[in-house]
Amino acid sequence: MPEALIRFENVTKRFRGTAVLDGLTFDVMKGEVLCVVGPSGTGKSVTLKHLVRLLTPTSGRVFFDGTDVTSCDGRTLQRIRGRIGYLFQGGALLAWMTVAENVALPLEECTDLPDAEIERRVAKALEDVELSAAADKYPAEISGGMQKRAGLARAIVRESDVVLYDEPTSGLDPVTSVTINRLIRKLNHELGITSVVVTHDLQGALTIADRILLLKGGRCVECSTPENFVKSESRDVREFLAAMKGETI
Amino acid sequence: MTVVREPIWDDAPAGRLQGVARHSVGLFASFGWAAHILWESVLSFPGVVCRRNSRADLVKQLYVTGIRTLPVVTVVSLFMGMILALQVGLELRRFNQEIYLGAAVMLSLVREMGPFSCGLCLAACVGSAIAAELGTMKVNDEVAALEIMSISPIRFLAAPRILALFLMAPVLSFYCCVIGTIGGGVVGVTQLGVDFAQYMSSAISIADTKDLFVGLLKAVVFGVVIGTVSVAEGFGADLGATGVGKSTQRSVIVSFLMILMLGYMVTRMCYR
Ligand SMILES: Nc1ncnc2c1ncn2[C@@H]1O[C@H](COP(=O)(O)OP(=O)(O)OP(=O)(O)O)[C@@H](O)[C@H]1O
Ligand SMILES: [Mg+2]
Repeated sequence: MPEALIRFENVTKRFRGTAVLDGLTFDVMKGEVLCVVGPSGTGKSVTLKHLVRLLTPTSGRVFFDGTDVTSCDGRTLQRIRGRIGYLFQGGALLAWMTVAENVALPLEECTDLPDAEIERRVAKALEDVELSAAADKYPAEISGGMQKRAGLARAIVRESDVVLYDEPTSGLDPVTSVTINRLIRKLNHELGITSVVVTHDLQGALTIADRILLLKGGRCVECSTPENFVKSESRDVREFLAAMKGETI
Repeated sequence: MTVVREPIWDDAPAGRLQGVARHSVGLFASFGWAAHILWESVLSFPGVVCRRNSRADLVKQLYVTGIRTLPVVTVVSLFMGMILALQVGLELRRFNQEIYLGAAVMLSLVREMGPFSCGLCLAACVGSAIAAELGTMKVNDEVAALEIMSISPIRFLAAPRILALFLMAPVLSFYCCVIGTIGGGVVGVTQLGVDFAQYMSSAISIADTKDLFVGLLKAVVFGVVIGTVSVAEGFGADLGATGVGKSTQRSVIVSFLMILMLGYMVTRMCYR
């Protein structure tokens, strides 16, 4: 039985009185790919932010590798964050740096790697997301999908233990989506990177996930392997799958 | 220190009284927050100078603060000097005392109007831009992204901007005094029939090192306060474009108020 690397324990989060997360409990095992799906606005991005303490829960606790993220001191938090790569929903690139400089930033600022090695890793990451041609462009000069992929390159360039992907394939064409999904799977296989992928792309989730978690009303209504997920008897899952199919037909 | 913060309260206020109480606590909290940002920035000044990325940013900020504001500062201080010369000159002429025009203009510029107008220009041109830029970065999760990469937004974003204002404000203030004095001289010669050489000698005779240093001290204080307020407001931005707009507006208002109040306090402390 593999150990849980990330653990949400009864997490509730309120914004101005409205509960977005409402007693959310789930585990992420070491080395697995967990896909989080659910309707827009159910708190998927909020869930990811709790994991790195960009948000703190109103009640409940979040554990990373046995450490309580919600109450640890600054130094510990920094160490935890150092083990996590994060792709933000909007890419979150710095506007005054080129794509390559953006991707190099975490290596330049937080490691002692020589310049040549940084350059090599950046080139590799950009190649992985098929963005080598845009390396010297500024974020404002590239499309939303390209910004997303640049953010992805920045999230994976450090080869962290865990990468959190907030909608890595939204806004991408189907062919590039498949490439990105393959990349997530490949990183997981080759480097054992534990991945939490928030996505609206159910087809992609079914192919890359070890487990799929359906979030609804701030709770986890189903968390199972793709095979069991599509066979689930739960009404929420059936409704979600039906809605997804309706959308794709 | 983490810059991405949440509101102190998760729930909506229960009544009007609680709302007011929370507002007051929030006001104190934001003062503490700004002081904290300033302190952490000062601690990371060495890091700004030593790190390649931050150093490049510092040079850019020095340029934005010092060079790009020159046109506005020039026009403002020129007219400031001209207005002073006209107002004071007309009164002096009634008593046939135009020879003291240079001294009067120089004294008010060096002591008060130079740093003051330079502070207003910096708050309007540089402070607002800082608040808007950092606010946009905040709502686009760019600040959060820096924090997650273990890059301190204080060192990376706040410190270069505050340091640039700290260094440039006294320089610009001195420049304001020079341009303002020249502007006053032009008005004196063309409108009041004062001899320019006499005007300048009167101006220079009154110039005192203490006045100059107090003026520069004011400019430094204004620069640091504008930087800190703008950075704090920028980092405090929330809820999309509206939030950024509000933060920018607040940064300018608070900077103006602080310039007036601190200007008075420094004067009070240095001249008794
Ligand atoms: N800082 C905040 N302040 C107030 N409300 C917030 C904040 N952040 C998120 N919310 C609320 O939390 C809810 C969930 O937001 P979240 O961004 O997690 O949705 P999501 O599941 O990621 O949706 P999407 O699929 O569209 O990205 C939303 O209703 C939003 O209004
Ligand atoms: Mg989201």
